[in-house]
Amino acid sequence: MGSITLSHVKKSFGEVQIIPDISLDIKDGEFVVFVGPSGCGKSTLLRLIAGLEDTTSGQILLDGEDMTKAPPARRGLAMVFQSYALYPHMTVRDNIAFPLKMAKAPKEVIDQKVEYAARTLNLSSYLDRRPRALSGGQRQRVAIGRAIVREPKAFLFDEPLSNLDAALRVNMRLEITELHQQLKTTMIYVTHDQVEAMTMADRIVVLNAGNVEQFGSPLDLYKKPANRFVAGFIGSPRMNFVDGPEAAKYDAHAIGVRPEHFKLATAPTPGTWKGKVGVAEQLGSDTFLHVHVDGLGLMTIRTDGDQTFSHGDDVYLTPDPTRIYRFDAAGKAL
Amino acid sequence: MATAQTRTLARIMMAPSVIVLLIWMIVPLAMTLWFSFQNYSLINPMMTGFAGWGNYLYVIGDPSFTQSLVNTLILVGGVLLITVIGGTFLALLLDQPIWGQGILRIIVISPFFVMPPVAALIWKNGFMHPGYGMLGHLWKFFGLEPVDWFNQYPLFSVIVIVAWQWLPFATLILLTALQSLSEEQREAAEMDGANAINRFYYIILPHMARSITIVILIQTIFLLGIFAEIRVTTGGGPGYASTNIAFLVFRTGILSNDIGAGSAGGVVAVVIANIVAFFLMRAVGKNLDA
Repeated sequence: MGSITLSHVKKSFGEVQIIPDISLDIKDGEFVVFVGPSGCGKSTLLRLIAGLEDTTSGQILLDGEDMTKAPPARRGLAMVFQSYALYPHMTVRDNIAFPLKMAKAPKEVIDQKVEYAARTLNLSSYLDRRPRALSGGQRQRVAIGRAIVREPKAFLFDEPLSNLDAALRVNMRLEITELHQQLKTTMIYVTHDQVEAMTMADRIVVLNAGNVEQFGSPLDLYKKPANRFVAGFIGSPRMNFVDGPEAAKYDAHAIGVRPEHFKLATAPTPGTWKGKVGVAEQLGSDTFLHVHVDGLGLMTIRTDGDQTFSHGDDVYLTPDPTRIYRFDAAGKAL
Repeated sequence: MATAQTRTLARIMMAPSVIVLLIWMIVPLAMTLWFSFQNYSLINPMMTGFAGWGNYLYVIGDPSFTQSLVNTLILVGGVLLITVIGGTFLALLLDQPIWGQGILRIIVISPFFVMPPVAALIWKNGFMHPGYGMLGHLWKFFGLEPVDWFNQYPLFSVIVIVAWQWLPFATLILLTALQSLSEEQREAAEMDGANAINRFYYIILPHMARSITIVILIQTIFLLGIFAEIRVTTGGGPGYASTNIAFLVFRTGILSNDIGAGSAGGVVAVVIANIVAFFLMRAVGKNLDA
């Protein structure tokens, strides 16, 4: 079991208010990702749930039980830190066994659980090594192993992949997602990388300046962003925004079009936006065109990789009318 | 940098300083060695010439030598024990977030800046004097007979004074070690259910092991040669109760005016220091490997 409920949680450091007021309901077994730009309070929120920071006001319930004032150890949560936070002087075995040892588990139980965790995470042949003799990915797995053996109510991940190289990150992303399928334990995962958020999450919490901008499934966020911030944050490359008279035609303060929702032509047709290609980023499968549109500024367009454009080419853009997002003056979606 | 030319140049440029240092070290050592094999007593200037092992046999054969050796070891061991344990404790306290932390740290470090003879005089007259020392007043306040520290517990008193001087050093080194412990490791241990004692034992202490080793090594080197504190307070007495090897050399060479025997004692002290260093490195040196 591992449902987590935050009700009107507030957090300030002295005068500085980090989290003005957040209420969330995380269901048992869910994989929830907190995503947002740096400094949006996502790590602080995770640390509040973990009990590493005191809440200024509000309540944190775990399985319906008020844990707002409980010390971290009593909450039954396990955390994987960004720096892995392995104990350098202990072997991998001792690292993984540490929480069990602290819980005074009998030796046979410890051995059995450590073996199981090591097998799950492919660490069996490294058990007697010290952390410094391991690669980044292996260290990450040890940190996860240390979390698994406690059989926690929920796992908390604090940007766990940001210290890994790109290829390994994709691998570990899959491994963590698979681990979730296998364990079916609640997981909260903090990241600033929206690709990680989209690929891993059951539901995503988009945070900005300590406020929840939207809480929903990845596709919900992509298809029905609640406001301009979410629309701009979710999706890669990011959404193109247009305001002024062009937006007024659609009866909105601003409109947004995703790079993948354009029709591209090389000859003018009425009502299209004319522009010049600046940079063409060719990825093979796709090409990202950075187009300087007359009067509207720089726009990013996604086309398939077969079309080739070069710097200075004239192109004509038609936004897909069914895929235009409209926003009012306050940035709320219409 | 590693071409033959730069290496030769580097050697030539460094040569003067290396030669000066070498002479600085070799000449006194050679003279001491030379004197230690000579009959050279200022009280008996007519007796000169080669003494063979006579001076060494005289120094080592004397019962005061054994006592001085034991005193030296007790002094070093006692001070190490107090400073390492006390230093760890103080470092843990100073690492807590408190108001005026910066000032407090400077105050804690300050005894280290007091020169040894001055520190010893402060303790001798300000604290440990049975007539007007603070401790004497404290004892009298509780209706007790004041303790004459330097007569009743001479070696212990010297240990207390020296420990007071070296405690800041240990605290400072251990505090920096403590502050270099990653916050996330501490938090991870907290999440793993380790209470304060377990966190100290399993996380903090192993992290500090290397710094503790450094404190022990450096202090041992200095503590083997403690002299000023003894000279100012007990004068090595009563009898030989607070005489260490360094002070024994002083007593023989300067107070008894026997330069030959004093030199022999000095050579013996060097040998002992090396033996101690050897065993110490074997005992704790493994902590220094990366």
